[in-house]
Amino acid sequence: MSQPGIPVSGGAPASLQAQNGAASASGSLYTNGPVQNTLMSSQVSVSQGYNSQLPGSYPYLIPAKTLNPVSGESNYGGSQTVSPLSNYQGPGQTLYRPPVASNPVTASLHSGPVPRMPLPTSQNAAATPVPSGSFLPGASVQPSSNWQYNYPSTGSQTNHCPRASSQSTISGTTNLTGHQYVSSGDPSLQNSFIKSGITPNTNNGPMVVHNSYDEIEGGGFSATPQPTNQNPTMNRSVGYSYPSLPPGYQNTAPPSTAGMPPSSLNYPSGPQGFNQTPLGANHLTTSMSGLSLHPEGLRVTNLLQERNMLPSTPLQPPVPNLHEDIQKLNCNPELFRCTLTSIPQTQALLNKAKLPLGLLLHPFKDLVQLPVVTSSTIVRCRSCRTYINPFVSFLDQRRWKCNLCYRVNDVPEEFMYNPLTRVYGEPHRRPEVQNATIEFMAPSEYMLRPPQPPVYLFVFDVSHNAVETGYLNTVCQSLLDNLDLLPGNTRTKIGFITFDSTIHFYSLQEGLSQPQMLIVSDIEDVFIPMPENLLVNLNESKELVQDLLKTLPQMFTKTLETQSALGPALQAAFKLMSPTGGRMSVFQTQLPTLGVGALRPREEPNQRSSAKEIHLTPSTDFYKKLALDCSGQQVAVDLFLLSGQYSDLASLGCISRYSAGSVYYYPSYHHQQNPVQVQKLQKELQRYLTRKIGFEAVMRIRCTKGLSIHTFHGNFFVRSTDLLSLPNVNPDAGYAVQMSVEESLTDTQLVSFQSALLYTSSKGERRIRVHTLCLPVVSTLNEVFLGADVQAISGLLANMAVDRSVSASLSDARDALVNAVIDSLSAYRSSVLSNQQPGLMVPFSLRLFPLFVLALLKQKSFQTGTNTRLDERIFAMCQVKNQPLVYLMLTTHPSLYRVDNLSDEGALNINDRTIPQPPILQLSVEKLSRDGAFLMDAGSVLMLWVGKNCGQNFLSRVLGVQNYALIPQNMTDLPELDTPESARIIAFISWLREQRPFFPILYVIRDESPMKANFLQNMVEDRTESALSYYEFLLHIQQQVNK
Amino acid sequence: MAFTFAAFCYMLSLVLCAALIFFAIWHIIAFDELRTDFKSPIDQCNPVHARERLRNIERICLLLRKLVLPEYSIHSLFCIMFLCAQEWLTLGLNVPLLFYHFWRYFHCPADSSELAYDPPAVMNADTLSYCQKEAWCKLAFYLLSFFYYLYCMIYTLVSS
Repeated sequence: MSQPGIPVSGGAPASLQAQNGAASASGSLYTNGPVQNTLMSSQVSVSQGYNSQLPGSYPYLIPAKTLNPVSGESNYGGSQTVSPLSNYQGPGQTLYRPPVASNPVTASLHSGPVPRMPLPTSQNAAATPVPSGSFLPGASVQPSSNWQYNYPSTGSQTNHCPRASSQSTISGTTNLTGHQYVSSGDPSLQNSFIKSGITPNTNNGPMVVHNSYDEIEGGGFSATPQPTNQNPTMNRSVGYSYPSLPPGYQNTAPPSTAGMPPSSLNYPSGPQGFNQTPLGANHLTTSMSGLSLHPEGLRVTNLLQERNMLPSTPLQPPVPNLHEDIQKLNCNPELFRCTLTSIPQTQALLNKAKLPLGLLLHPFKDLVQLPVVTSSTIVRCRSCRTYINPFVSFLDQRRWKCNLCYRVNDVPEEFMYNPLTRVYGEPHRRPEVQNATIEFMAPSEYMLRPPQPPVYLFVFDVSHNAVETGYLNTVCQSLLDNLDLLPGNTRTKIGFITFDSTIHFYSLQEGLSQPQMLIVSDIEDVFIPMPENLLVNLNESKELVQDLLKTLPQMFTKTLETQSALGPALQAAFKLMSPTGGRMSVFQTQLPTLGVGALRPREEPNQRSSAKEIHLTPSTDFYKKLALDCSGQQVAVDLFLLSGQYSDLASLGCISRYSAGSVYYYPSYHHQQNPVQVQKLQKELQRYLTRKIGFEAVMRIRCTKGLSIHTFHGNFFVRSTDLLSLPNVNPDAGYAVQMSVEESLTDTQLVSFQSALLYTSSKGERRIRVHTLCLPVVSTLNEVFLGADVQAISGLLANMAVDRSVSASLSDARDALVNAVIDSLSAYRSSVLSNQQPGLMVPFSLRLFPLFVLALLKQKSFQTGTNTRLDERIFAMCQVKNQPLVYLMLTTHPSLYRVDNLSDEGALNINDRTIPQPPILQLSVEKLSRDGAFLMDAGSVLMLWVGKNCGQNFLSRVLGVQNYALIPQNMTDLPELDTPESARIIAFISWLREQRPFFPILYVIRDESPMKANFLQNMVEDRTESALSYYEFLLHIQQQVNK
Repeated sequence: MAFTFAAFCYMLSLVLCAALIFFAIWHIIAFDELRTDFKSPIDQCNPVHARERLRNIERICLLLRKLVLPEYSIHSLFCIMFLCAQEWLTLGLNVPLLFYHFWRYFHCPADSSELAYDPPAVMNADTLSYCQKEAWCKLAFYLLSFFYYLYCMIYTLVSS
């Protein structure tokens, strides 16, 4: 670690002090590259001063070469040590002075940045002085704690700049550059970053803004010890490289590494089924050389012969066929994914392929590392407002060409300076151009009103039915436990409303000895009593809030009121929230029966089987209208439905859907009869309360000219054709969009998509998170098929099918799903395959397509049969729309593992933990055996099915029971036993859990458990009373395809 | 020169057709307004503007909904009149649109027809472009039929 040598020899402190004063007086702290350079050069001449002053330079904490382990512990205090130093960032100010160059003091100041550069030997000597030095004893400045790059100059710069003489001119530019690259290395550090920069600089107004920290994301250019961007070898000049790129076909990465299951897993017929039909040479045009690198992807598969296509490891998304250099910069597929990784050139080609074109996004995912940029200007295309990204091309030093609209833009002066390498004139190495996912701190022009405070309002149903379920206990307890963890700052506000046939407000005004309940019984015309005391500052009234949460569960135990006036309560809550916006969490346990928004039961159980007559559409538009009002006032409504009866989620769900909230559903919740649901609620609440949140957000998705986005899926309101209004955004929400090719893309090789999410963080900062994805354009059908991403396609189809079921009917949607497979496979057969072979030939990329579509048909949303309750179906549909792709795929097609014989073979090793990696099995009862135990990972639940004749070994050493009959009925935890078997399975399960932000509950299922039906329902390859088995489905498809 | 019932029908439909043309033009403008937010992108992201914009959208959608019934009933009135006047050719020209209107009105997916043109649905780009195309087609149709009615009116007045 190159320890910024803080302090120094001899006279340094004194001179620094002087500087300090000067700096604070001047107020402008921004040091900028050019200036520094000139100064430096001048300094070099004044070698004496230079050396002594060197330490001063260190205020610019430099990204540690190697992330010091100690840095992890750096805390607030640590960052404070920085403060005195940062005061020295006065160079800008000094510049205003008349000819300063001769002034040794100033010289010393500006020398700051220098150490980074290849130093003349004399300087090195100076730089080495140890931190032990003078004025910050013991407080070693942790580079990681405060990576602010106030980039001064760089070595190369010196060359460009005339010596001291040019100083004055350069000083003009000083103020332009105020970039600070704030990054924190480690998420665990987050708290310590809070505004650490501010304290030191309180007197310097402008500085404050720039010093703000990314306390939420453990951002950082890279948490890896060595900021990659700094490494000269890594710096390919991306921008420049574009023009020279061959058509994007130099991909060396195999498209799907997970492609083939180990042969041992294959059916006996497997090997002979390898129809290695190499495609006719005529199909491989320009891309021959590139494609031949991955024969796997070229393989045509006969699904009827090779039935075991499921890879034994989780399916990896295909890698776009791009030049390695570009691909390395491309957006992570977990965040941004396209159904076709090779974009067809024309709409005609897309129509021929019969595959849906669209994007799946998970824009607000919790990221371990996220570069955060604070800069006074955000560089965007002047015509289409695209943010500068790694896929733009730099025509020369001063101009860049937008990759979305092809407009040529100027590079702003400030952008010429690269804070990471501290080189002037290398705009293509700036972090904005090196990262496909980046977050900007929005300057003030992005907000017209001050960012809203975090406001949380909880609305509880306290009717008799609600009290019966006993949910209040759980919720209040969870709230109490997580009150301090609610994302927020000192401005956080909180409020509570309860309702039955009347609406109860709680005054939590500071100074009251106990919460005061106000009852409004006029539900026809709801008004808010004492609006100022109902939403209170959480910090100031914390005790009252805690009081209330403790007493709330007991307050209504004797209630006899069975009516529920949800509509009026929502109206009241909306009125209360509308001045600020925020998040409203509504807990409802029955069908609303009073006032506006009252609903009538519509479900007729004996009609469940007929797919036609079910009510998927809202019966009233009250909730939709209210949701739009909420959206306009930046209020998001999250609905927790805990109901045993039909509650018309189709109507109620609208309130969340259009206000960008989320829906949680706990069928038959009861605190005693259904402890598993209680645990689920607890875990989900904990995640819900503590996860990140973004307020008053909007998201815009842009794409290269020629493509157009036409339909959005997810929870939001589309405010103008490409702008999604998201009053709240949470890290567990996914979105999907459909696209079409409007103009031919023949004259372009690459297309890009950019999503920009502007939000207010819970700390009250306005931020913009930008993701950019770049994909190649292809001209032949074969290449389109090769690049198909089967998971994304299935996910998008599921979204489209939900829309179809609502607008037409469920059976229509099911037909459309099946037709999607048939159409695309027959298109492949007729246009790509040269010789017509018998069987069901599919491109390797789509080998799982029929399986996934079959799984969708058997998913709760789209299944037929009498066993799905309407609310559960609608909830499943909400989930399809609102879940990120990964979890959607897991719920549709869960992973099945055999876990009674886990071994360390092929295990992962993470942090000294050995995590066994059992192969994923097909979802067929044929894979189960009575003498084994199987774990099914369905995203939000884990199910461990224990066979009747399961080995005694497993029972005693993993489950900790003596025999099969002793396995408890509602077992949701595995005991931690001191056996290797137990350790392995627990390691495996916790590894699965760590991969997702929420906490999937584990159910241990015996043969006679009620949960067994759920487990078996997921066996999608098997035949059920109303659905085909996988093989039958394939035969059906084959029949249709070969027609 | 005879002032027949047919001639009266044509005269009345001429007037009403002018109204329909206005409706169609208004639809086109409304959809255009829905499609484009004239604010600069940065302003669009501003929560204050969001409220205004949303109110605008709701207002337009409300008006659109209110116009549905008048338009459809005026057009049905044409058809009934031409049926009574036994103007088969004119009726024949109008029947397809009449059926289309019936289909639009009764094929509403929602449980109540009130949800036609509801803001979240209309704001979807493909729905919007469909509506816009529909409005343009109707405009063309009404314009042509306007001149056709004019011709027919004069023809029936002059002939016989």
